[in-house]
Amino acid sequence: MPAVSKGDGMRGLAVFISDIRNCKSKEAEIKRINKELANIRSKFKGDKALDGYSKKKYVCKLLFIFLLGHDIDFGHMEAVNLLSSNKYTEKQIGYLFISVLVNSNSELIRLINNAIKNDLSSRNPTFMCLALHCIANVGSREMAEAFASEIPRILVAGDTMDSVKQSAALCLLRLYKTSPDLVLMGEWTSRVVHLLNDQHMGVVTAAISLITCLSQKNPDEFKTCVSLAVSRLSRIVSSASTDLQDYTYYFVPAPWLSCKLLRLLQCYPPPEDGAVKGRLVECLETILNKAQEPPKSKKVQHSNAKNAILFEAISLIIHYDSEPNLLVRACNQLGQFLQHRETNLRYLALESMCTLASSEFSHEAVKTHIETVINALKTERDVSVRQRAADLLYAMCDRSNAKQIVAEMLSYLETADYSIREEMVLKVAILAEKYAVDYSWYVDTILNLIRIAGDYVSEEVWYRVIQIVINRDDVQGYAAKTVFEALQAPACHENMVKVGGYILGEFGNLIAGDPRSSPLVQFNLLHSKFHLCSVPTRALLLSAYIKFINLFPETKATIQEVLRCDSQIRNSDVELQQRAVEYLKLSSIASTDVLATVLEEMPPFPERESSILAKLKKKKGPGAVSVTELEDSKREGGELNGGGDRGPDTASTPSPSADLLGIRSAAPVGAAPASAGSLLVDVFSEAGTTTTLPSSSLFWLLFVCKNNGVLFENQLLQIGIKSEYRQNLGRMYLFYGNKTSVQFASFTTTPQLNVQTKPVEPLVEGGAQIQQVLNIECLTDFSDAPLLNIKFRYGGALQNLTLKLPVTINKFFQPTEMTSSDFFQRWKQLSQPQQEAQKIFKANHSMDTEVLKAKLLGLGTALLDNVDPNPENYVCAGVIQTKGQQVGCLLRLEPNAQAQMYRLTLRCSKDSVSRRLCELLAEQF
Amino acid sequence: CIRFILIQNRAGKTRLAKWYMQFDDDEKQKLIEEVHAVVTVRDAKHTNFVEFRNFKIIYRRYAGLYFCICVDVTDNNLAYLEGIHNFVEVLNEYFHNVCELDLVFNFYKVYTVVDEMFLAGEIRETSQTKVLKQLLMLQSLE
Repeated sequence: MPAVSKGDGMRGLAVFISDIRNCKSKEAEIKRINKELANIRSKFKGDKALDGYSKKKYVCKLLFIFLLGHDIDFGHMEAVNLLSSNKYTEKQIGYLFISVLVNSNSELIRLINNAIKNDLSSRNPTFMCLALHCIANVGSREMAEAFASEIPRILVAGDTMDSVKQSAALCLLRLYKTSPDLVLMGEWTSRVVHLLNDQHMGVVTAAISLITCLSQKNPDEFKTCVSLAVSRLSRIVSSASTDLQDYTYYFVPAPWLSCKLLRLLQCYPPPEDGAVKGRLVECLETILNKAQEPPKSKKVQHSNAKNAILFEAISLIIHYDSEPNLLVRACNQLGQFLQHRETNLRYLALESMCTLASSEFSHEAVKTHIETVINALKTERDVSVRQRAADLLYAMCDRSNAKQIVAEMLSYLETADYSIREEMVLKVAILAEKYAVDYSWYVDTILNLIRIAGDYVSEEVWYRVIQIVINRDDVQGYAAKTVFEALQAPACHENMVKVGGYILGEFGNLIAGDPRSSPLVQFNLLHSKFHLCSVPTRALLLSAYIKFINLFPETKATIQEVLRCDSQIRNSDVELQQRAVEYLKLSSIASTDVLATVLEEMPPFPERESSILAKLKKKKGPGAVSVTELEDSKREGGELNGGGDRGPDTASTPSPSADLLGIRSAAPVGAAPASAGSLLVDVFSEAGTTTTLPSSSLFWLLFVCKNNGVLFENQLLQIGIKSEYRQNLGRMYLFYGNKTSVQFASFTTTPQLNVQTKPVEPLVEGGAQIQQVLNIECLTDFSDAPLLNIKFRYGGALQNLTLKLPVTINKFFQPTEMTSSDFFQRWKQLSQPQQEAQKIFKANHSMDTEVLKAKLLGLGTALLDNVDPNPENYVCAGVIQTKGQQVGCLLRLEPNAQAQMYRLTLRCSKDSVSRRLCELLAEQF
Repeated sequence: CIRFILIQNRAGKTRLAKWYMQFDDDEKQKLIEEVHAVVTVRDAKHTNFVEFRNFKIIYRRYAGLYFCICVDVTDNNLAYLEGIHNFVEVLNEYFHNVCELDLVFNFYKVYTVVDEMFLAGEIRETSQTKVLKQLLMLQSLE
């Protein structure tokens, strides 16, 4: 076989590449490139028409320069010209240039598509493949529009060459991925599925990727592929190692095709047809048997190819989750790999076992490997393998082994890599909570966690331990005793002080009988940490102190003295100062009864999904985690805190337009006398009419970036709003003010949502104001604001208005602070086209920096400084909290003061949110 | 499916970059640097897989060259690892003991080899015999 000589065919190119390689410095390289660019430019501009060879050579040089990282702003036309050459080498360079330097220059697109069209109809298989590869590489919308209907024809035509079919299948796949609406398989479905039977294994290898993708989207239409795939697989699996000749790789018959077939089958449930199923089970058994046979070659390629099939088969077995026999065999096979000398295999076995652990059939079998896995956690050199071991321990954990696993994970934490500590902490916290039989163990575990890895214990974790202690009275005394002991350590983590302060403040009385932990001892212990703590912790401690005054009247004088000292009562931090002043006052003027009521023990927290579990899911990214967790909790039943209302983790059902159905109205607060209202002047006393407001009023828009203000006003009525939001919950106070001097009768307000609302007071006196409270819960993201219908009689005429309530998705933002690098990393992670929404629009309001900042802050996101390299731009980040989900959102606003325009870009982990936020915000600036 | 294929030398010079996903030029450059940073710190005792953003890199080192394929996290690691080797064997045959310089001087041919074996982020053809036959046929064309 002749080897390709260096740069054959284009001497000039080889010389140029050598020159570049010989450049001693970056400057020299740039100089040489500029010289070449000038040369090429003059050749292209010259009077003499260039021949195809020269054109090819220069275009190829331009491409080389581009690939070195330099901008190329000419030569596109020459490259397009090459497409219509009838010489392969010229055409190839033309297509390559187009594929690498895709340019959405509309003029060129037309010419390019024309050339592609000619090649597709040329009946020359080489040219057809070039054209198909170009479409597959570029995959633009314009190309899909031009060719999506043509390619299926080429794919199934009887006289199409095999290599063209391969390219056509994958070309179609690319177009289907970029423009699914344009690729209509309809009449072609059955013939495409039958490509699985094609004689040419290469055609099957290519076509099956297309079929798999189509099956994922339209499983019913493609379900006939199951039996075809099974028989194809069966033929491969049962063939001898040399039967398939060209497609045998290191004695393994068609490994890649086998993997693809097994993967296609994972789009479907187990076959219903008994014969097909029997045949498939036989295949899977054969694959498992082969893993036990002595290798046919010592080469790693052989075992890798064989094991690629094995792991894919195990994935299918796990996917079916219905054959206990196969599941256990799979588990045993993986168990052998856990001790294999190849790191790759150990890694993959740990990973694959993680999913096996969630099947009820194999969970027990997985558990038998616990010692090996613990050993892996301790001894593996590659951190990613240790990470997999930790994941597996987490997945195999249940009541029977929780104590051992948690203990091992805790001891591993002491030396764990920084990169995985936070996740480990969350996992330990979750396991401790989930499998706690006695709560003292739970408390011990969490306090150990804080002691060992305090810095990595997030708020969620220590909030959770407090919630649980408050909700379980059988552990309160133990918790108080344990934190008291933990606080004795000379240097304890601030998180320990927080937990200690909170718990002693609530339950210190339970251990006060012991003179070693008498009230004053407790107080002095806490206060000895005070000066080393940050402001939020000090604030928490101050609250603990006032609770002490209630619990232990004997500490009152000491504590009052502390509160009274200048460092508290004149503290420069306003929160601390306020607490000190108020607590001091409260403790000195309130009677014991009042004090006891105000400072009563905290009521139990409402039970809901463990916030740390939510945090772990968030860390792992949407969809990435939770098979294990969900499966686990199904099997185990009730979590420690009675879980129960786990939200729909993957809200897959399309939600109806009004998703905010949770408006539970609180009792109205009755008619409060309005403050002497200058607004409340009777200027209108005509016999009333029925008014229905256009649902999009300008007032409404103002509320996107603020929470309080006047929602509506006419001559009769003014409606003010105050609202506050926290996570996925909101509370809205509506103030209905009667501006007239005449009574409104039959006053009713109805939120247009599926909720029970208690009626407001039916009479609104002239000049009076009544108030209504709405509790709002955001169940999932939404775009239509809820409506509020108001009816009343004024002077005999019925008034009827419908208003949009200013509840918009951004109200449920939690600001997220992040560094520039985090921001851009996340920005890139949200790079799917549908995750982004962008608008360019004219400024409608002042472009003043302060005004913009105020609006962006009002939006609810964190406004991030020093993130965007351009200081004129604004970037924000936040997480929208709905009941079932958290949607991460990143925003970038680029003002152009000269043009009085903005460009607004949103990237959110949920595409409907990007679109909605973009629409909402485009009207704000 | 495959998101991109990179061939880099130890110094981080790119010898092939084939993208199956839309990235702008700055992003491509960043990805190239990141991949180089993650892959070169690993030694022979490590796995041939690295988590990478929301994807994973399957890579293998041949002398001074790193062949890296970025795929989805659910993709079959070993199938792509051998996919790399299969590709390398084809290059080796085609260029007769391939070396880094072959890839530099014949960069436009390497793209042809890639397109024969991988297309639209999927494995297109796995038979070395078939691929080489096709490449030699193309080689003979003017």
